[in-house]
Amino acid sequence: MLTLTQLVPRGLAPFDLTLQDGACLTVSGPSGAGKTVLLRAIADLDVNAGEARAGSLIRSQISAPVWRKNVAYVPADTGWWADHVHSHMPEGDPGPLLDALDLDRACLSWPVAQLSTGERQRLALVRALLAEPEVLLLDEPTSALDVDATKAVERLITDYMSRGATVVIVTHDDEQAQRLGDQHLRVDGGKVEILSREAG
Amino acid sequence: MTYISLSVTDVAIGAILIVANGLLSFGLGLKLERTLVIATLRMVVQLTLVGYVLTAVFNVASPWWTGAIALVMIIFAGYEVAARQDRRLKGVWSYGLGATAMTFSSTLVTVLALTTQIGPDLWYDPQYTIPLLGMILGNSMTGIALGLSTLTSGVARDRVAIEAQLCLGANRWQACGQMIRAAIRTGMMPMINAMAAAGLVSLPGMMTGQILAGVPPTEAVRYQILIMFLIVGATGIGVLMTVFGGLAYLTDSRHRLRLDRLQPARMG
Repeated sequence: MLTLTQLVPRGLAPFDLTLQDGACLTVSGPSGAGKTVLLRAIADLDVNAGEARAGSLIRSQISAPVWRKNVAYVPADTGWWADHVHSHMPEGDPGPLLDALDLDRACLSWPVAQLSTGERQRLALVRALLAEPEVLLLDEPTSALDVDATKAVERLITDYMSRGATVVIVTHDDEQAQRLGDQHLRVDGGKVEILSREAG
Repeated sequence: MTYISLSVTDVAIGAILIVANGLLSFGLGLKLERTLVIATLRMVVQLTLVGYVLTAVFNVASPWWTGAIALVMIIFAGYEVAARQDRRLKGVWSYGLGATAMTFSSTLVTVLALTTQIGPDLWYDPQYTIPLLGMILGNSMTGIALGLSTLTSGVARDRVAIEAQLCLGANRWQACGQMIRAAIRTGMMPMINAMAAAGLVSLPGMMTGQILAGVPPTEAVRYQILIMFLIVGATGIGVLMTVFGGLAYLTDSRHRLRLDRLQPARMG
């Protein structure tokens, strides 16, 4: 469950939001409207005002690293800081996740420089999911993927939600928003508008 | 001790070399004449003034005057560190960080040397204090400027990689660990290289000066070795303070990367 109280991302109006366990919020809006800013504010990566809770965790009462382990933000541009893929993976067995996303298990020993953009995007999702966060904040997670890979990612996200996780996902794809979203949020001209929708 | 005093004419003869360089620049169209003339004049005027100021300060031998000179040197060194940054820190940190680190490290090391090893009758004797501080400051300044610019350009360049680690729950020191190590290594490198090359590739200036002034080479060498130790010590402390201080400023207590606290890169 994710609760935002009077959250004020930079340049946006304050808003409240409650997302139940297993719910998915899709975020849309024109380029530069502040969709990424909104996700970064929830993850506490930029200076912002307001309170956020994830399950029993209250953001202002725990350290930022602990918050981010539980509220995992996966940016659109993936970051890599070591030469090989495996150095970027937290504890745990990434095997099943790699299988679910049609990635070769051997790719763990590949150099990052050799990966395609699509592979990087999926591996960034894998390393975020390995830590089993309560809330997942995804910034255009399928922007570099073909139809099949997109389906695999959506399946994995839906699967993860069914285990009780809450997901916020920025997408330009209206159909993807229809497929995944229980609630919808639109950012435009500094305003944040929340539109509920019947599940399914 | 004996040394050969130079007359103004002796020095003027040396200036012929500068004129030769100027003519060369003119002939080859290098357009260096103007800068060459300005730099030469600055050097002559600045050093002449320093000669008079030091003579006056040595004669007074007051701790206040010595302190005032030291302060002026540190302020200039602080400006020099900031001037060598491609991306400066914002606000008072721009000059303040390097200057604070140098004040602490250079003063600490200089006072240590004066009170324990060199030990003049008056510990603040300007004849020892000022040249010592000058050498320590001048050399540690290079390391500090290099360390800080490695850090600032590094975090700006690797923002995405650093934030990727923060997103996975790393704290700011873990996420910037590579950057911190690279900055400290780069800051320490010039002095480590200087020690390795000392005596073989280069004869350090202070030692050469003492030899010219008639000090036996073995004595001068002993002095130079001590100075090298002091400089490395001051550089280490100064670089460490600057790099950790700089990173503390470029991140915040919520473990966010704060590139908004960096000024935009200047056009090279």
